[in-house]
Amino acid sequence: MSPATTTSAAAVRATGVGKVFPTKAGEVVALTGVELEVRAGEFVSLIGPSGCGKSTLLRLIADLDPASSGELSIFGKPAAQARVDQDYGIAFQQAGLLPWRTVASNIGLPLELHKVGRAERTARVAELAELVGLTEFVDRYPDQLSGGMQQRVAIARALASRPKLLLMDEPFGALDEMTREYLQSELTRIAAETEAAVVFVTHSIPEAVFLSDRVVVMSPRPGRITDVITTDFGHDRDDALRESPEYFERVTAVREALHGVKVERANER
Amino acid sequence: MSTLRQAQRAGLPSWLRFVAPVVVGALGVAVWILYVDVLGAAPRMLPSPIAIGNELVLRWPIIGDAIMITATNALVGLLAGSLIAIALAGLAAAIKPIDGMLVPLVAAIAVVPIVALTPILNTMFGASSQFGRQAVAAIAAFVPVFVNVLRGLRQTRPVHRDLLRVSAASPLQEFRVLTLPTALPYLLTGLRIASSVAVIAALVAEYFGGPADGVGTAIATYAKSGRAALAWAFVAGGILIGLVFFLVTSLLERLVSRRSPV
Repeated sequence: MSPATTTSAAAVRATGVGKVFPTKAGEVVALTGVELEVRAGEFVSLIGPSGCGKSTLLRLIADLDPASSGELSIFGKPAAQARVDQDYGIAFQQAGLLPWRTVASNIGLPLELHKVGRAERTARVAELAELVGLTEFVDRYPDQLSGGMQQRVAIARALASRPKLLLMDEPFGALDEMTREYLQSELTRIAAETEAAVVFVTHSIPEAVFLSDRVVVMSPRPGRITDVITTDFGHDRDDALRESPEYFERVTAVREALHGVKVERANER
Repeated sequence: MSTLRQAQRAGLPSWLRFVAPVVVGALGVAVWILYVDVLGAAPRMLPSPIAIGNELVLRWPIIGDAIMITATNALVGLLAGSLIAIALAGLAAAIKPIDGMLVPLVAAIAVVPIVALTPILNTMFGASSQFGRQAVAAIAAFVPVFVNVLRGLRQTRPVHRDLLRVSAASPLQEFRVLTLPTALPYLLTGLRIASSVAVIAALVAEYFGGPADGVGTAIATYAKSGRAALAWAFVAGGILIGLVFFLVTSLLERLVSRRSPV
């Protein structure tokens, strides 16, 4: 099925990972004692209030910042090596498209940087545009697209070098609710089609529950993992799931884990 | 209905937007002719636009030569000043201590009355050399280009830098794919401002000595000898140089900055 590395090693394995930022007022502990394993093909969300270190953890996995302590491996390699080998793709809250490049040229940027031939690049870009449903828009410029479309371009770009791990930092955070739900459904489909593991940072409980196999709940000062909730919804996720009792049960479970106590519901008071 | 409202919001229809300034200009010339030729009330140094036009056509060979001299000086100055500015801005953006050394110096250069240096430069490089004038134009062009390029080189957004880092791009690739395209519109804004400044500097520098050619020298000479219409014809030549420089650089700027950042 996949190369030996993906089957033998977890997509992400964090052991005792911590991150300390030195500031003028002293050291700030952003993350401490993070133990996390993301299996190949698994969808894991990181959720928690601002300052809980969820984005920091994602940046450590992406080797955008170095970890202060502990060990972090991506498919059995150190994070820096995984970055150079393009083992993961990443999408940020801002689409971060280059405004002077067309959609096609933005999607193909990672391939261009790694000197993939023109013919192969064109074919791959067409494939990716199709995957995110933007085939008719490949010749447009980013400022001619809506926010949701820009974010789809960013996702296509993240998938360009066929990574088996997709890192996403609140990619739908700036979008309206309708577009958000649509892109969530699209993302579950894309993740299933590409068989990539996903680490997804969000502050939306329903979003985390709808998308994930496991929801990792984090808490601030110092940032750490406090709970992990398994959803068991399987691969097929559609709008019916959003209205099912199991879904609401998991939403409640995540909310309670976030608040640290059992939440009193209005109808039980 | 909505298109009508849009047209109203946009103001004038496009043909009128083009024609309106022409009409205003023609009206101005008409008032000028009325004042000078019909009423005959103008001072002697303000000739009729018709007389100026006649001189412009009649003396075009010498006016054209003068335009070429002044325009060449401005162009040489603009190019030299811009190249030095780009190189130094690149150094300042790349190396922090150089930034700290250069920026106060450039601020100092910006407040020097550059044209006033011309007599000194003319004495230094000889009265028959155009070098003094070109140097004045270069110094004048240097400042806006340096300031804008340095700013442009610092406009890359964190999300784009992160993107290139996760794509494992080399520093050279990052410069080519991100830093340079980000800075380009700033460079062209700098060039547009510098082009007008360089023309003015090259022209005004001619009032302060040097070789007896160029538009500025001619204006000074003919104004002093009372040939008002010819002096004004040379002023028109100066305007022509400024317009061409401005239009060319504006066009370049427009071509490059079609896409605003998202």
